[in-house]
Amino acid sequence: MNVVVLSKFIPNPAGTPELGDDFLVKREGVEGGLDPGDEYAVEAALQIAEKAGGEVTAVSMGPEPAMAAVRKALSLGCAKGVLVTDDTLRGSDVLVTATVLAKAIERAGFDLVLAGVESTDGSTGTLPMALAELLGVPSLTFARKVDVTDGSVTIERQTEAGYDVVESALPALVTVTAGATEPRYPTLKGIMQAKQKPVDQLSLSDLGLSADEAKPTQQVTGIEDAPERGAGEIVENEGQGAARIAQFLLEAKVV
Amino acid sequence: MAKVWVYAELSPNGSVHATALELLTKARSLADTIEAVVLGPGATGAAGPLGEHGAQRVFASDDEVFANHLAQPATHALHQLVQEHQPNLILFAYSYNSRDVAGRLQAKTRSTLMSNVTDVLGPEEAQTQIFGGTKIVTCSLQGPDPKLLVVRPKAFEPEPSGGSAEVVPVEVDIPDELKKPKVGERHEEQAAGPKLEEARVVIAGGRGLQKSGNFEILRELADAIGNTAVGASRAVVDAGWVPYSMQIGQTGTTVKPDVYIAIGISGATQHIVGMKEAKRIVAINKDPDAPIFKLADLGVVGDALKIVPQLVEEIRSKKSSG
Ligand SMILES: Cc1cc2nc3c(=O)[nH]c(=O)nc-3n(C[C@H](O)[C@H](O)[C@H](O)COP(=O)(O)OP(=O)(O)OC[C@H]3O[C@@H](n4cnc5c(N)ncnc54)[C@H](O)[C@@H]3O)c2cc1C
Ligand SMILES: Nc1ncnc2c1ncn2[C@@H]1O[C@H](COP(=O)(O)O)[C@@H](O)[C@H]1O
Repeated sequence: MNVVVLSKFIPNPAGTPELGDDFLVKREGVEGGLDPGDEYAVEAALQIAEKAGGEVTAVSMGPEPAMAAVRKALSLGCAKGVLVTDDTLRGSDVLVTATVLAKAIERAGFDLVLAGVESTDGSTGTLPMALAELLGVPSLTFARKVDVTDGSVTIERQTEAGYDVVESALPALVTVTAGATEPRYPTLKGIMQAKQKPVDQLSLSDLGLSADEAKPTQQVTGIEDAPERGAGEIVENEGQGAARIAQFLLEAKVV
Repeated sequence: MAKVWVYAELSPNGSVHATALELLTKARSLADTIEAVVLGPGATGAAGPLGEHGAQRVFASDDEVFANHLAQPATHALHQLVQEHQPNLILFAYSYNSRDVAGRLQAKTRSTLMSNVTDVLGPEEAQTQIFGGTKIVTCSLQGPDPKLLVVRPKAFEPEPSGGSAEVVPVEVDIPDELKKPKVGERHEEQAAGPKLEEARVVIAGGRGLQKSGNFEILRELADAIGNTAVGASRAVVDAGWVPYSMQIGQTGTTVKPDVYIAIGISGATQHIVGMKEAKRIVAINKDPDAPIFKLADLGVVGDALKIVPQLVEEIRSKKSSG
């Protein structure tokens, strides 16, 4: 079974991203790594491959530093990686990213594609669905549990009220929520081995795409500060806190 | 003249989702022709409220196929309608089911999609907020129509226009290959008390509550205040303390209550975007530098596990003397 897991690189996962003069998130020359949201998908992919047999390929699109995200996925146990890097892809939108990833995944071959539900920095939360459409497979989204048996995948799909059980024949794409798995930590051995594992580094033309097909259709025209919600009163004395809140609720006429 | 569509989502019980009415209200300020598409059991019935909120025509199908196989049947039907009627702009809600349809549709129409939209300035211009809502970003939308916008819930206040809609039945054959995913058992987690979106007061607990059992004190507080819903940060939902339906924030529910009380919640940007429009914000956190204090009208620095039980007593005694 061929499992593909999307492994997005994000700059500075722990802090606030920085914007460049062109209003784009700075992705070059910054520390960064695998999007924490994708770690759950990587874990799910590894568990599925361990159980059903087969291997996991980590696929990513991003600038040179994005290799860190691919290596992280490899250190966790993915067998190989694909990284699409191309200068023309700077600032690409959902459709361009999905188009590129679809080509790369078709090239690698797949029975199952796993992705996060939304990326930490982009957060459009729609890329995996666009990708599934381009690949011509179902998208089983927002899985809080994934299981693969005999050529079919079953998930518990989170809903506003609870969850639905959804089953589908493979090939398919599944997006995995943070609750679905408990990501493992890379071992020292894993980190060493990751350096030897094959990573296919591809450009747009390797994928048979032209620069025209990679043109974003959105442009940031301005950024302004949102009206501030000035900070209010702070009560430092713990003992007086409850009484002050009670009075506040009374004034707000909710008690 | 621009033609704007709203992709109206249905709740599992077949009633129209509040977001559809919010989007229609906004659509009225953008174009003269406003139409809605609603697919699944309950669709025809939804035409009433959709018309009252500004839809002139409602393309509707009550077919169960739209509820039982995830997004592909709806995407297929919507795409056919788009080709036939050529809207300039389609508004979707940032909800699970609508995100699925919008994402897949984009790959068919190959037109632009902007997500997490907080305001729509015109058929080709929209805004989103980043960094916890501290910055507003304006984007121009280019390329072929229809432009697709996935809009945050509660971005607009729904207001009826008093209209009524003509219902146009949708008849589309859904090929079997688009019915592969099958929705089986549906599980609903019953929550007591008012809904998060509707309660006057929302109290939300985070990792600062230390353990899942301590959520009980929030429920007691909710009971003491009355008309109060209990929510949570994603950290404690992920930890399995409380169900996802209680999550507030970017990837959970967006709330706009009269009073929001954050208890043991740090105030991460993804949490803030789901509650910063509350009329009043109260925060309890033992860290005086917690980011949540930057937007609180009233902040109390201290141990939530001590303060909350005291607060319950205070409110009870105020009520009994009141
Ligand atoms: C793509 C993406 C989407 C996300 N979507 C959401 C979302 O929808 N909603 C959401 O909430 N988060 C979301 N997050 C997660 C978010 O970034 C934070 O990790 C999360 O909100 C933190 O939850 P918390 O405040 O409970 O925990 P922490 O950040 O760990 O904060 C706990 C707080 O409790 C305080 N504390 C500790 N002990 C006590 C005590 N005894 N009394 C009082 N205070 C105490 C601490 O000082 C601290 O400030 C998302 C993240 C990503 C990457
Ligand atoms: N450039 C990328 N490379 C690899 N995977 C990506 C990329 N962008 C998005 N994804 C995947 O798509 C999911 C949703 O992303 P988004 O639509 O940006 O919120 C992420 O969790 C990733 O799994």
